[in-house]
Amino acid sequence: MIYLRNVVSLELDRDKCTSCGACLKVCPHNVLARNGDFVQIVNRDACIECGACAMNCESEAIRVQSGVGCAAAVLNVMIGRTSTPCCGSLDESCTISCC
Amino acid sequence: MLPENKGDNPVMPVTRPRSNQRFVIDIMEIPEGPVPVVDSRLTRVDHLGTIKIRLGLNRMGYLIDPGLYALGRPDSHSPVLVSANYKLSFDYLRSALTGRSAWLLVLDTKGVNVWCAAGKGTFGTAELVARVASSRLADYVDHRTLIVPQLGAPGIAAHHVRRQSGFSVVYGPVEAMDLPAFMDSGNRATPEMRRKTFALKDRAVLIGVELSAVIKYGFPLCLAMFFLAGLGWSGNLWSNMVFHGTLAVTAFIASILAGAVVTPLLLPWLPGRAFSMKGLSVGLALAALHGAIWLSLTAARTNHLEIGGWMLSGSALAAFLAMNFTGASTFTSLSGVKKEMHFALPLEIVGALIGLVMIIAARFAA
Repeated sequence: MIYLRNVVSLELDRDKCTSCGACLKVCPHNVLARNGDFVQIVNRDACIECGACAMNCESEAIRVQSGVGCAAAVLNVMIGRTSTPCCGSLDESCTISCC
Repeated sequence: MLPENKGDNPVMPVTRPRSNQRFVIDIMEIPEGPVPVVDSRLTRVDHLGTIKIRLGLNRMGYLIDPGLYALGRPDSHSPVLVSANYKLSFDYLRSALTGRSAWLLVLDTKGVNVWCAAGKGTFGTAELVARVASSRLADYVDHRTLIVPQLGAPGIAAHHVRRQSGFSVVYGPVEAMDLPAFMDSGNRATPEMRRKTFALKDRAVLIGVELSAVIKYGFPLCLAMFFLAGLGWSGNLWSNMVFHGTLAVTAFIASILAGAVVTPLLLPWLPGRAFSMKGLSVGLALAALHGAIWLSLTAARTNHLEIGGWMLSGSALAAFLAMNFTGASTFTSLSGVKKEMHFALPLEIVGALIGLVMIIAARFAA
């Protein structure tokens, strides 16, 4: 399943990338793939901005504004219940010490 | 390697999880201190806990002590598997490892599952490094490998863990049930093991939690609507309450079913990409069905403006509830959700308000 198109903030810096492949192992949606000597974004719209790739990129070649794709969380920030987007009661088991 | 004692940075004392937790079956004595032993079989108490959690009950207290556990009879060669202290995560992990021995290193995520906690950072590099140190892992395992769930990766920087603790992080499969195959193939995951899917059964188990949250607010709202719906009409007040109140409550229940049950179940097959769009289509369909049934039963007394108002408000509510399911889904991004809310939320609010105005206006048009 693919969510909205052309919204994802994922960026890969070809010059910094050492093609180590750490990002390929942590991505849960096959967003990145090796193409010869390079790693490429091949499935951008499938990215959920979880931030796993950027977190595990030793050369800091990946940038993404990571967060949780949760409407209740965004709403909680909008109405001022919390300052950072986090999961509300509708998100599976994310209630404790969250909002 | 444990951090060296440099005076101002004392070696952490060994801390162990309590042995009197219900799922602990034994205590393993090692020189570094007793380790609680668990087994891979889940008991009736464990299953009951899972059912309660899935129904949205006891969600604040389903956590276990963080720290090191022994599964079976691990020795210095046994693998070390990292998990969260949400009991459901821990149960998934140990029940996947039937007949195996392993060290289970449980991080303190405040009772939140691995993926959500990783997103928040509580399942994170700092906690993992500290837990490796406080469990004195390096003293009794002779390898330097930690198997971390792949969905923990948003919180863990493997290269930092290696530098700070001396242990290499190997990302295991997304699903705990793939762990035996993963470990038997030399800690290698197939592409399928690396992918997070969202199958019908995954969506179905989330419905209980969705509904329990809605019902908490929905039940008092239903009562209020039942009484308010009968006010302002000519004729007998009680008879009006029963008639218009029943219409209100059934319309409301239809939209909850549309947004929080049918939309999650039919998600891949519904039109549109935005969840609110999917919810709107189901909401309109159920509202039309509800309206048709109501009209066929009570044609003589029914006010078309009132029925139309409930269809509009109900569909807007269904769209809103469906939008909230983005948080439970596994394929939405924050940027996407913000974009969806930007256009959908105002429409949902306006739709609901226009519907309410129609419902109120019906009293004067009657």
